[in-house]
Amino acid sequence: MKAFTKVSGVAAPMDRANVDTDMIIPKQFLKSIKRSGFGKNLFDELRYLDEGMPDQSCEGRPVNTEFPLNLERYQGASILLARENFGCGSSREHAPWALDDYGFRAILAPSYADIFYNNSFKNGLLPVILDEAIIDKLFTEMYAEEGYELTIDLEQQQVITPSGESFAFEVDEFRRHCLLNGLDDIGLTLEDADFIKAYEKKRRAEAPWLFDTIK
Amino acid sequence: MAGKTLYDKLWDAHLVKQRDDGSALIYIDRHIVHEVTSPQAFEGLRLANRQIWRVDSVLATPDHNVPTTVKERASGVEGIEDPVSKIQVKTLDDNCDSFGITEYKINDRRQGIVHVIGPESGACLPGMTVVCGDSHTATNGALGALAHGIGTSEVEHVLATQCLVAKKMKNMLVKVDGKLGKGITPKDVVLAIIAKIGTAGGNGYAIEFGGQVFRDMSMEGRMTVCNMAIEAGARAGMVAVDETTINYVKDRDFAPSAAHWDAAVKEWQNFVSDDDAVFDSVVELDGSAINPQVSWGTSPEMVVDVSAAVPNPSDEADSVKKAGMERALVYMGLQAGQKITDIHLDRVFIGSCTNSRIEDMRAAAAVVKGRTKAASIKEAIVVPGSGLVKAQAEAEGLDKIFVEAGLEWREPGCSMCLAMNADKLGAGEHCASTSNRNFEGRQGYGGRTHLVSPEMAAAAAIAGHFVDVRQFELEGE
Ligand code: SF4
Repeated sequence: MKAFTKVSGVAAPMDRANVDTDMIIPKQFLKSIKRSGFGKNLFDELRYLDEGMPDQSCEGRPVNTEFPLNLERYQGASILLARENFGCGSSREHAPWALDDYGFRAILAPSYADIFYNNSFKNGLLPVILDEAIIDKLFTEMYAEEGYELTIDLEQQQVITPSGESFAFEVDEFRRHCLLNGLDDIGLTLEDADFIKAYEKKRRAEAPWLFDTIK
Repeated sequence: MAGKTLYDKLWDAHLVKQRDDGSALIYIDRHIVHEVTSPQAFEGLRLANRQIWRVDSVLATPDHNVPTTVKERASGVEGIEDPVSKIQVKTLDDNCDSFGITEYKINDRRQGIVHVIGPESGACLPGMTVVCGDSHTATNGALGALAHGIGTSEVEHVLATQCLVAKKMKNMLVKVDGKLGKGITPKDVVLAIIAKIGTAGGNGYAIEFGGQVFRDMSMEGRMTVCNMAIEAGARAGMVAVDETTINYVKDRDFAPSAAHWDAAVKEWQNFVSDDDAVFDSVVELDGSAINPQVSWGTSPEMVVDVSAAVPNPSDEADSVKKAGMERALVYMGLQAGQKITDIHLDRVFIGSCTNSRIEDMRAAAAVVKGRTKAASIKEAIVVPGSGLVKAQAEAEGLDKIFVEAGLEWREPGCSMCLAMNADKLGAGEHCASTSNRNFEGRQGYGGRTHLVSPEMAAAAAIAGHFVDVRQFELEGE
């Protein structure tokens, strides 16, 4: 996994609540057996005016010129400013894969759906939680200033605005550690293989039916 | 010391290691796998040269991409017309074969929607931890299990380690007491709950559904409710173990053998919240006040009684919510104040992991029996949740009832719930659907979904528009 320490970049808006995973990456693109290449179809139904198909080039598709990500001023954005309950719906990890593949490194929102939140960390995408009032303020500043850039410092747990104002955010120690160091958590868990084996031994004695083979 | 909740007990029973940083390793008893969220996980295992920790704990089946017409199903995987879907189903077959995982392949009679086959086969049992790369895994919580959806990285993690890195969630009790009225279904109960707490209401919580209404409910009904816990924002929903649970499990394919049965039951009976357990949040509803529910918007919290009208955004004080309502009205092509019963319907879908079990089939069949689908409904499809549900329904003659009424009887799979196969809505079409999500484009590009119970969907197929199924039954009697 790629590490995340400090990222600065243009912020772009996704200014609505309850953005669901079907909106982030519609189901037809989930047929891919790969992990990459989803960026061109991020927010597909909002970005384009026609229905997107998997394995189709997006060159020449009719573009929704009102959708913020299609505006010149938000090109190259790496930080997404969003509203409450971002990423609700399915468990598809294709959602963070698509955001990451598009070029986003972090999201700022008042809240996230649990599975999406969790999936993001596994892909080097940092979902930052800030108070609704702060998010409101960032939206206002961003709309007012073209090229509005934010810095997100995971080490210091700070979001810094162009004026130098900073906001602290909370993040789980374990997740922060993995992200800062780009750690593969399967490897970490396997370091505890003895604990897993001991647990299995105990449960096999107490509740043998849990270990019956499925066939 | 305060007592423990059901969730606390399930958590404690599966705790492998509590780490200093607040995270924990939780042991996973059962892992269900489908074709959409697993290919990248298997690829990851291969790349890292890792083995599956306990291959006998895994059960796989294709469901999302499988076609549901007899014709397309006749020649198995090879018959799948969409080449991209075909590759995905094939990839699951190949991965299961090469890793030695038990898979109910496309035309195995036990194939079906992951969340239907888990409980049905007895692969998922009370007291277990169950995961699947699918958010509706919470369905299995009806058994008194800790079940939740995971992402693909976690699928890989569980395959490789049999554990999940997790942090304990908070406890929420949703208590529905009283007695449900005639014609009121578990689907109406869960829609009413989501309307009350909102789609983010359960974020960070594990929800236990308690109270008389759930005690009286069948296992199929409890599954419908737990299935939609995720629509209320909760990763896991569950119902305490009781007689109903134990009777349901008995004699299933993978139920404990006779030698272990008594010990298993004894352990399961402990999977209930203690009387003095403390919940971080308690929500109460009066079951006797719940009416048939219909969703009007593009979020599962946008739900009203069938007798109501489409709400007016100008009555909403919260500006973000108001904007969401306005956008939903435009997407749905509806006017504020329009009566729910006046919404024009194009299609009806009875199926999905929310409502495709045998009880749902029976309930829908009872409504359409001896009646005829309205001519204005282009298509009404009934899609059983598994091959075994299909066989049971056919043994009871339900398929004939549907066909005689002008509905189509299909092969098992996810179907029009998310339209990854050929079953989908056209742009602008309205659908009475027994599925769980009404997001934009969920059932097809530009499609408009209205979430309802199987009874309400069946009644809508006959009437051509939404009707209060209670009245409808009276008219027919
Ligand atoms: S029926 Fe729908 S919600 Fe259920 S697993 Fe299939 S696609 Fe997901």
